[in-house]
This record gives sequence, C-alpha cells and structure tokens, in this order.
Amino acid sequence: MFSEWAAWAIIALPLAAFAINAFIVRPLGAPAARLAGYVTVTALAVTLVLSVLALMAVQDAHGTAGYEPHLWFAVGPFDMTIGIFLDPLTAIMLIVVSSISLLVQVYSLGYMRREPAHGGHAAEERAVHAGAAHAHDAHGHGGDAPVGDGVSREHPYADYPRYFAYMGLFTASMLGLVLSSNLIQLFIFWELVGLSSYLLIGFYHWRPSAAAAAKKAFIVTRIGDFGFLLALLYIFSHRAELMAAGLNPFDIRDLHQAAPLLGPGVVTWIALGLFAGAVGKSAQFPLHTWLPDAMEGPTPVSSLIHAATMVAAGVFLMARMFPLFEESATALNLIALTGGFTALFATSMGLVVHDIKRVLAFSTVSQLGYMMLAVGVGAPVIAMFHLFNHAFFKCLLFLGSGSVHHSVHTFDMRKMGGLKRWMPVTYVTVLIGAISLAGIFPLAGFWSKDEILVAAWEGDTVGRLVFLFGIGAAFMTAFYSFRMIYLTFHGEFRGGIDAVPMAERIPDEAHHAVHRHESPRVMTTPMVVLAGAAVLSGIVANAPFDLGIVPAHWFAHFLEEEAPHFNWPIAIVSTLVALGGIGLATLMYRTNAISAEGMALTLKPFHVLLSRRYYMDELYEGLIVRRVLYRGVFQAADWIDRHIVDGTVDLAGWLGRNTGRAMAQVQTGQVQLYGVGIALGVVVILLVLLTQGGG
Amino acid sequence: MLTTIVFLPIAAAILVLIAGRDARVARAIAVIAVIAELALTGILFASFDRQAAGFQFVERAPWIPAFDINYHLGVDGLNAPLVLLNGILGVAAVLVSWRITHRAREYFAWLLVLQSAVFGVFVSLDLILFFVFWELELIPMFLLISIWGTGRREYSAMKFLLYTLFGSAFMFAAIIVLYFSFPAGERTFDITALASRDLSALLIPTALVFGGFLVAFAVKLPLFPVHTWLPDAHTDAPTAVSVMLAGVLLKMGGYGLIRINAGLFPNEMARFALPIAVLAVIGVLYGAFIVMRQSDLKRMVAYSSVSHMGYVGLGLASLGASGAALTPVGLQGAALQLFTHGTITGLLFVAVGLIYERAHTRHIPDMGGLMGRVPLIGIGFMLAGLASLGLPSTSGFIAEILVFLGTFPVFGWITGAAAFGVVLAAGYILWAAQRTLFGPRPARWDHLRDASAVDVAAMAVLIVPILAVGLYPRLLTDVFSVGLVPIISRFG
Repeated sequence: MFSEWAAWAIIALPLAAFAINAFIVRPLGAPAARLAGYVTVTALAVTLVLSVLALMAVQDAHGTAGYEPHLWFAVGPFDMTIGIFLDPLTAIMLIVVSSISLLVQVYSLGYMRREPAHGGHAAEERAVHAGAAHAHDAHGHGGDAPVGDGVSREHPYADYPRYFAYMGLFTASMLGLVLSSNLIQLFIFWELVGLSSYLLIGFYHWRPSAAAAAKKAFIVTRIGDFGFLLALLYIFSHRAELMAAGLNPFDIRDLHQAAPLLGPGVVTWIALGLFAGAVGKSAQFPLHTWLPDAMEGPTPVSSLIHAATMVAAGVFLMARMFPLFEESATALNLIALTGGFTALFATSMGLVVHDIKRVLAFSTVSQLGYMMLAVGVGAPVIAMFHLFNHAFFKCLLFLGSGSVHHSVHTFDMRKMGGLKRWMPVTYVTVLIGAISLAGIFPLAGFWSKDEILVAAWEGDTVGRLVFLFGIGAAFMTAFYSFRMIYLTFHGEFRGGIDAVPMAERIPDEAHHAVHRHESPRVMTTPMVVLAGAAVLSGIVANAPFDLGIVPAHWFAHFLEEEAPHFNWPIAIVSTLVALGGIGLATLMYRTNAISAEGMALTLKPFHVLLSRRYYMDELYEGLIVRRVLYRGVFQAADWIDRHIVDGTVDLAGWLGRNTGRAMAQVQTGQVQLYGVGIALGVVVILLVLLTQGGG
Repeated sequence: MLTTIVFLPIAAAILVLIAGRDARVARAIAVIAVIAELALTGILFASFDRQAAGFQFVERAPWIPAFDINYHLGVDGLNAPLVLLNGILGVAAVLVSWRITHRAREYFAWLLVLQSAVFGVFVSLDLILFFVFWELELIPMFLLISIWGTGRREYSAMKFLLYTLFGSAFMFAAIIVLYFSFPAGERTFDITALASRDLSALLIPTALVFGGFLVAFAVKLPLFPVHTWLPDAHTDAPTAVSVMLAGVLLKMGGYGLIRINAGLFPNEMARFALPIAVLAVIGVLYGAFIVMRQSDLKRMVAYSSVSHMGYVGLGLASLGASGAALTPVGLQGAALQLFTHGTITGLLFVAVGLIYERAHTRHIPDMGGLMGRVPLIGIGFMLAGLASLGLPSTSGFIAEILVFLGTFPVFGWITGAAAFGVVLAAGYILWAAQRTLFGPRPARWDHLRDASAVDVAAMAVLIVPILAVGLYPRLLTDVFSVGLVPIISRFG
C-alpha cells in the first residue's frame, strides 16, 4: 500500500528543492551556490524511489490506488476538489519523469558549473567587470571560460541556484500534472509546467533570442490552453447531467464514466478543446512553432522539455482522457490526422537544418506526432509506450548535443565533424540514441514505432492514411538521424566556435574557444545510463516473450490492454524504410557519393521552403501578429479610443468650458482652491438636500 | 471598531498636519497609521463570523433624524474582504511614497484622508453617508494628482473629477428619487432596509433609478465606454495614487454595482444583464487590444485594468441567468476579481513606480535588460504580471476561472470571447516584460539601484495575498459566499 502522503511527497520534494534554492541558497550567495545542485538531485533521488514504490504498489493492487479527493474550495454548485489519482498510467509517467529528471539534474551538475580546471578566478573577474559593456572583449580565454552556455555577467553566483530552483519547479509541476485527480487541478499544473518552461527557456534572459523564445513558447502554448479552458467551461455547462448521476464534473475518474451521459456530440467538443491544449503543449501542427525556438534554454533544459516534461504533457492528457474520447470517432480521427500529418511535416523540416538541437527538436515534434497518431487510432497504450521509449533516447540525444557543445561551443553541425576521436563515450551513446530514434531492431524506438504503425494499418481509412504518413516520416527520421551522426562525429573537424566569426557569436559566448575533450564523468554517466535504456526499454518493458523477471508484454498488461501482436510484414517494411534512410544519409554525408550541396541546388525551391520552415513563422509573426493585429486591429482600437471615445469626452468638456467663460476668473490655477471648492460643493449638496427635503 | 477603522487615518492626517513639519515625522506618522489600519482590518477580517449571514460589527447612530439619515456602518461577507484590501493597499501606498519630499506633510495627510474615504464607502450602510464618503474621496484624489503628479497632471486630475462628478450627479438623483418614492414616515436611506423593500413602483421608472446608480458605478469601475479618464489619471498620478486608484478606488465601482444595483434592484439587474455583459466583454477585448499599443508602462497597466475590470462586469451579469444556470459562481468571481485585481494591479503599479523613480522614464522602448540590474523589482513585476495573466497558483486565476465558469452557461460565446482575454493578457504582459526586463541593457541603466528594504516590503505586502488566495482560495470564497447568498437569493 502506498500512502497518500507519499504521493503528495512526490510533488512536494522537488517543490521543496525549488523553495530551498530560491529562498535560502540563492540569497546566501557564492559560498552556498554549489549546494543548489545537490539539493535538487537529492530531492529527485528520493522522488524516484517513491515513484518506484508507487509503481510497485499499483502493480500489486492490480489497478488504481484510489484516494478520496479533498475539497479545495466550494462556490455554489461548484466543488473544486484536488486529489491524487494514481493508476498504472500515472505510475508509468512518474517513473519516466522522475528518472529522466534525476539524470538530467546529475548531468547539469557538470554542465552548469564552471570547471575549476579552467581557473578559479573566473567569477571574481566577472564580478569586477560587472556592468561594463564588454560583450566582445575576448579576454582570458583559458581563465574566464565558463563551462556551459554562459553565465550572467552580473550575478555569476545567482544563476546556478536559479537554474536548479527552476528545475525543481519544473519537475514538481509535471509530477503534479500526472498525479492530478481533477481536470482543473491538472490544468493548474499544466500552466505551471508552462511557466517553468518559460523561465527555463528564457534562462539566459539577457539574450534577446532567449527572451523572445520564452515568450513565444508561453503564448503559443497558451493559445492551445484557450481550447483547454473552453473545454472546461463546456463541461461545466453540462454539469446538471453529471451531477444528477452523482459525478463531479471535473473529477477525472468521474469523467471517465461520463461518456454515455454526455453523448458523442458533447464529447466531441470536449475532446477537441482538450486536444487544442495538447496541440499547444505537445507542439503539434499548427502550434509547433515554439518548440524549435525553445532551444534557447540551457541544453539540459531542452533535454527535459523534449523527453519527460512539457511536451509529454499533451500526449499524457490524451491518454488520461481517452476513456471519454472513445465516445467520439470524429475527435479521434482528427487527432490521428493531426498527429500523422505533424509526424511527416516536422521530419521534412528536420532534413535541412544545421543546428544539431534543432534537428532533435523537429524529431521531437514528429515523434510526438506518432504518439498522437497512436491515440487517434485508438491505441493510447502504444502511445504511452512510445512516449516511454522516446523519453530515454531523446533525453540522451540532447545530453549528447550538450556534451558536444562543451567541446566545440557551437551547435552548428557545419562547424563540427570528426569528434568521435575526442569524444568516444559521447559518440557511442549518441549513436545508440540515433539508431533507436531511427527505429532499428532491436532498439527501443523500433518496438513502439512498429506497434504504432501496426495499429494504424489495422484501423479504418484514416488509419491507412496516417500509416503512410508514418512510413514517410520513418524514412526521413532515419535519414536525418544519421546525417546528424556523420556531420557531428565523422569526417574532418571543421573548427567549432573558432570558425565562427566574432561578429556572429552570441556576446556572452564570444570568448569561448574550442577545447576538444570528452565531457566529465558526471555528464557522461547519465548518458551511459540512458543509452542502456535506449537499447533495452523497448524490449524489456514490453517484450514479445517472457524474460523471466519481466513477463511478456508487461507494459501493455500493466496498462490493462491486450498485448499488441507482432506484424512481420510491417516490421520488415518499416525496417527497410529506415535502413533506406540511413543508406541515403551514408551516401550523402559519409561516402559523399551524392553531393548534398548539389541536391540542395537541384531541389532549390523545396530546400528553401523547408529551410524557412514552410514560412509559418512569417505567417504567424509577420503577417498575423505584426500586420493584422499590431498594425491593424490593435492600432484601430487605440485610435478609436483616443479620437472617438475620448474625443467625445473632450468635446463635451470643451463645450462646457466655452459656455462657461464667465467662470474663468475663478480658475486661478490654485489647486487648493479647487479642493476647497469641491469640499464646499459637497456641503452645499447636503444643505440643498436638507432644505429641499422639507421633511 | 468600524468607526475607528474609518476615522483613524483622518485623525492621523490631522496629526501629520500639526506635527509633520519635518518630512520624516510626517512619514513616520503615516506609516504607523497605515500599519495600525492593516492590523485593525486584519483583526476585523479574522474575527468576522464566516457562518453568520447579515451584517456584523454594526454601528448605528442617528445623524440627521429629520430625514432618518443615520450613521450606519456594518460589514458582511461582501465588504469585509474589501475593507481588508484597503488596509493592505494603504500600507503599500505609504511605503512606496518613502522618498517623497515635496510638501510631504500635505501629501501624507491627503493620502490618509483618501484611505479614510474609501473605508467609509465600503462600510456605509446609509445611502447619504455612502454618498458623502464617495464624494469625499474626490478631494484628496484631485489634489494628489494635480500637485504631486507628472505630465498633464492638471488635465488628468480635472478629467477624473469631472467624470466622477458626472456619475455622482446621476447617483445623487437616484438616491433622492428612492427616498421620496415612499410616503413620509416610510422614507429611508438605509441600504439594508431598502434591500427588503419592493422597489418596483417608484416616482420614476425603476430602470431609471437603477440606471442612475449604474452610470456612477460604471464610470468608477470603469466599464467601456466611460473608461477614458482612467488611463490619463493613472499615467499622471504619483505612484501611490496609482496604487490606491487601481487597488481600491475602482473597487468602489464594483462594490456599488453588487451592493446597490444587484442588491436593491434584482429585476432590473436581470433585465440589463445582457447589455452589461456585452459592454464588459467589449471592455475586456478592446482594453487588451489597446494595451498592446502602449509604450508608456503606466498607461499599459492602466488599460490592462480596463480589460480586467471587464471581468467584474461579466461576472455580475451572470445574475441575468434563470433556472439552473443561476449560480453564485459568476458573482463570486466578480467579487474575487475586485479583491485580487486590487492586489495584483497595485503590485504592478508599485513595480512600475519603482522603475520610474530610478529611470525617470516609463517609455518602454528605452528600457531593456533591467532584470540584471534590479532583480528584486523585476521579480515583483513578473509576479504581478503572471498573476495578471491569470497564472494558476495566483489569485488572478481563481477569480477569472470563476467568472468564466459562472457565465459560460449563461452567455456561451460571449464568455468564450472574454476568455480569449487570457491569451491577450499573456501577450501584453510577457511582451512588456521582454522589452523592459530582458534582452540587452542600454548602458544608461547600468547604475540603477535595486529595491530597498522598504520597497521590498511594499511589494511583499501585496505578494502575500496574491499567493495566499491563489493557493487557498477559501480565505476569501467562504467570506464572499455569506455576503453574496442574500443578494443571489432575490434572483431567479
């Protein structure tokens, strides 16, 4: 039995890490700063233990550990309850979130800290220069090189605790989200996840690009959240039916039984509203544009966002509410189509980008598309299985890209090359991640991707269509995964940040220099662990046969689903397709049998379209936000307010003044006199009242 | 108790005028007075019986017996939180005035008078007494803006005055009509007495009397299209006055709408609910559109107030529902929005004022990267901004979601449109934050000093209720409920 207190502690521990780092460690300044990382790591280690215990308890209980919801506040017919909903789905998510987050925090201990080997005077030196605009001053190459993406020039000691405080908040929000028993409670944590990612994407807030990316992430996801909010309102407007049946309109368990009461029409609208929220959070078309920009945060943050928190929230929400959605075929078809299209669409943009983190970002968008596709074809468990596998290898890939950055201080793959010689551990682990992402047997990515394709194939017309999308995406995914491997680790080294002209560098990274070396063990160890998971998570968690300790199809059975069956033709086709993608990448970027530049030239219009990401940023920001809204609607409203609404008032005042010129003598400009006048006015009004009243 | 709360600031103001020749003495007296007020209002709020309906701490004495005008004060669940709000805002306003040196004695005296007047408005249960306090508030406001303000301060002060007087004239007429509509002997100005009377047959159509109050309160709230005094008054007022204006003065309008328009005229309220809802939603969206175009920080916050006070109007309009759709949820949201907007926008103005005091400009394009120099002010601004955009775990979220939940079943897509305000709010708040706090910092701001301990205290006194109510809404919802139930019970 897993007590409810322990479940709350899963949320409270990382939250406590946030509070300790924000309110104790950070104000203490330099001497305490290095404690911050240990605070968060410790909290998450305990959280992971609790999560494992929760999983075991759920396993033993054969299903949901039910806890009574608590009343948070009540207004009229609206009982706002909060509580813990711990079922197999939640238990899986707890493991994913807490294990990934713990590994990322451990990695961050190394990534975010300046290495003593680089000279201990870095901070003092920076403190002396605080405030001075020395952006391009490349002083002290060796002595002043902060490890990581850079540190604030003014608060060198504040950033490290700030980072681990935000990470604690981020993890706590995501854990709270998956444990929520009430849809509004879930929405609260949902928004807090959004806030934390805003803070972390904008961590280097002095960089314009980071500030812009953070804002973009928050606002774009909030457009989706508007749909979520409308769904909540719509549910509440149907509260009468639900409450008559003794259900709380926002309790998730109650909503699972609500489908027959509400009927498919109502459920469709609820599902579409919630799906809009998921589209924003999980970066599905057409709200995917924030995710590629979200690279501006420190790399471990990207790793966490892309693997376990934030983007996973959308897929989780779909799986969580699936028992309700089942009622609406319309909604499911739309989810499948959106997911399938996104999978294909995002991979195409991943083909041409040069920034290693952006390649990974597009791959995340597309893998999330696969998961949505799976939900849409009625296989939420397979979606969760893919989320589970994807979390490990995607986290690994991002940590790998951070490790590479550690050496070469750039994310531009055109400036990399040949790094496998200096970074063998990074190379091998990233290679494992890439193979898993490409979906090659028997690595993790293969199993879940294959099950998704099978589920789609066995669906109806929509299923067949999205199956084709999925196959197409699989080819391109395999292609760019290996394009990334070849550009980064093979061939000749192309100079790293040394090859970037000073003018093009980010100011607070300008003084960095290439130092090719393997990352410290504190960073490589989490990568090795994740590489192990990327190999094994698919085969072990949902093995097609009994493994002894783990029974066959444990994952599917745990989530109370029938075991998916293995479809040989589809497995073979998808493997061949993936190998084809890898082969093409090899020809273009390894053996150079096909010239990548030549290809780009031949397909120039297409290449430009992909590089500009289908002009969607231009459409949203340039056309809609700047022209239609800012210079259109907003300007019109402003003009109307000044000239028409206020103009009428001023006109009335002007008329009043000119008819009352005789009063001008009184206007001596002495405001005190006005004051006395008003006071007298009040008295006069009272006197009038008294005399006129007659009584 | 209530008399002490209402008149202690005036007494302190007199003391300031007598003894406050030295600015520091004046300030010290003011600080002691507002802290005492906060303590008193806190005790009042804590000892308020959350189970009992009706008015508590009632004080009643004949004032002008010939007309049955009484000195009648009392608090119920509706105004008790607003009294506390005024206590909180008073502290923030005085602390943020710490460095006032220009005619400090008069400044603090008028600020205290202002607080007294607002207390008076919130606790008066006699219409004449209510009206006197309502007018009394104008004097300090007018003087504070026109003497200690900036920019076109005299224009703005006069505009504020004329607008309010315009509304007051209607209110006064309505009060008089209400009084003389009854035969001698039954005439009364008492709000509690009127609340239990049938007001359907008055000297003039009841709708006009209702409208008289509505105009006065709509100007104060403000409701579109009578809001244009607000941006000017806010922009040119000194920081403390902006804080009081956004924090409590606007709430007088919302309070009046609930206490008098809804409390005395349920039939008319229900009849005019839809037009009020439409004006409120226009205010929400139109206000938010205009915010996006502002380059002056204070003007930006002022228009965001126009947008956010629209939610109060919308929540109030939920009373137009009938049958099962009639719930206290929307009205509770409106009442909560009064309180929460007071603290949130108060905090926004404190933060903006602190920036202005240091940078001597409020022009957003001139700023940038201030987070690196003034992180404490920046954190205050961000917290207020996040609460303003309705982030869960702040009180702003609770108020907004209750307004939406309460009105969606009534107005459907009108509420849906208003809910889009949360996306717009995210847009303007985060865009403003990006341009002022983040990004590269012009060298001219390299020497700004961060918030002092006093400044931090001014922000903290507002941050505490924002988070407390956001995390534990029952602090307020239980209290508001007992106050709103009698009002709601006359609808439907």
